[in-house]
Amino acid sequence: MRVNGTDHPAPADPRRLLSDHLRHDLGLTGTHVGCEHGVCGCCTVLFDGAPVRSCLMLAVQAEGHEVTTIEGLAAPGAPLHPVQQAFHECHGLQCGFCTPGFVMSVVGLLGQHPNPTPEQVDEGISGNLCRCTGYASIRRAVHRAAELSNK
Amino acid sequence: MLGSLEDAKVLAGGQSLVPLLNFRLARPAHLVDINRISSLDRIYEHDGGVAVQALARQADVEDSELVASVCPLLVLAVRLVAHRVIRNRGTVCGSLAHADPASELPAVLLALNGHVAVRSTRGARMIPAADFFKSVMETALTPDELLIEAWFPASTGKYAIAEESRRHGDFALAGGVRHGDRLALFGVAPTPVLADPKDPTRGLEPSGDLEATPEFRLHLVQVLCDRLFAA
Repeated sequence: MRVNGTDHPAPADPRRLLSDHLRHDLGLTGTHVGCEHGVCGCCTVLFDGAPVRSCLMLAVQAEGHEVTTIEGLAAPGAPLHPVQQAFHECHGLQCGFCTPGFVMSVVGLLGQHPNPTPEQVDEGISGNLCRCTGYASIRRAVHRAAELSNK
Repeated sequence: MLGSLEDAKVLAGGQSLVPLLNFRLARPAHLVDINRISSLDRIYEHDGGVAVQALARQADVEDSELVASVCPLLVLAVRLVAHRVIRNRGTVCGSLAHADPASELPAVLLALNGHVAVRSTRGARMIPAADFFKSVMETALTPDELLIEAWFPASTGKYAIAEESRRHGDFALAGGVRHGDRLALFGVAPTPVLADPKDPTRGLEPSGDLEATPEFRLHLVQVLCDRLFAA
């Protein structure tokens, strides 16, 4: 499987979740694990470009596919990805636990709707839970991310 | 493989099955992942309706122009299934085979009087929606059979879907699907059930839980039915 542009062998244990494989085997701990049943959205990654829950996939299912995690959006030292930059500017995060999942969902949302309406923003982030910001600043960040991406 | 393995489950989108595995609520001895089967992900016009194959993702159905023109009711229903990120992976056929009593798609198949096509090494058969859902998460599928595709008749005339859930994307406390004069309810019985729009709660004995009492579910059925048939 290709993770953030690098090829890796699939794990030997077919029962390994993709989220656990990313974190424990590949050391990509930016993908967070909250609920492990698809509700919280913290573990969202891009699978062949579309956001999916990595806790609801087995790692072996990613063989032959491309996975992008939060670490793959911008190289260390490089400018932030527009969605990361927008979350930074608009205070779209506090504790940061949910942030990688939000960012990956929003990358997917903007791929689908480059200029999302407020309703599309709400729908797009409705699958991610945040317990600190109250969502208002996250919504602002999504609109700002669309601006930055379209520049 | 399904025919030769003892205690095997089919893994398609995994958005219902993997949570059960994570919680150790399901412990099948074998998983048969069908995701690498090519040409099982089509959505095509068939017999005046739409056929949705086993690996067609809910997001693909949601975005399909064909489904939007032939069976717009299905598009409305799919949008109520969880969230887009879940629908990117989840399949329509998987929702039907999983047969959660609170899920939308089984009720849509029932309201439309659709059917599913299943296959095993013994042969193929077609199962009408009315015979497919047997009990809570139980269907007429035998352990060696794979649900190949679901057929949704065109939604002609008046159609609508309404549900009440605590938050958008959550499982419904109660819901209803209207197609013409037909009404199918979900979340209020072990399977989706057909009901009389003039007396939708007759014979219903919904269960109660932390989210809703049986009385509240009956109340919701009446209110939702009124809304569905108001137009």
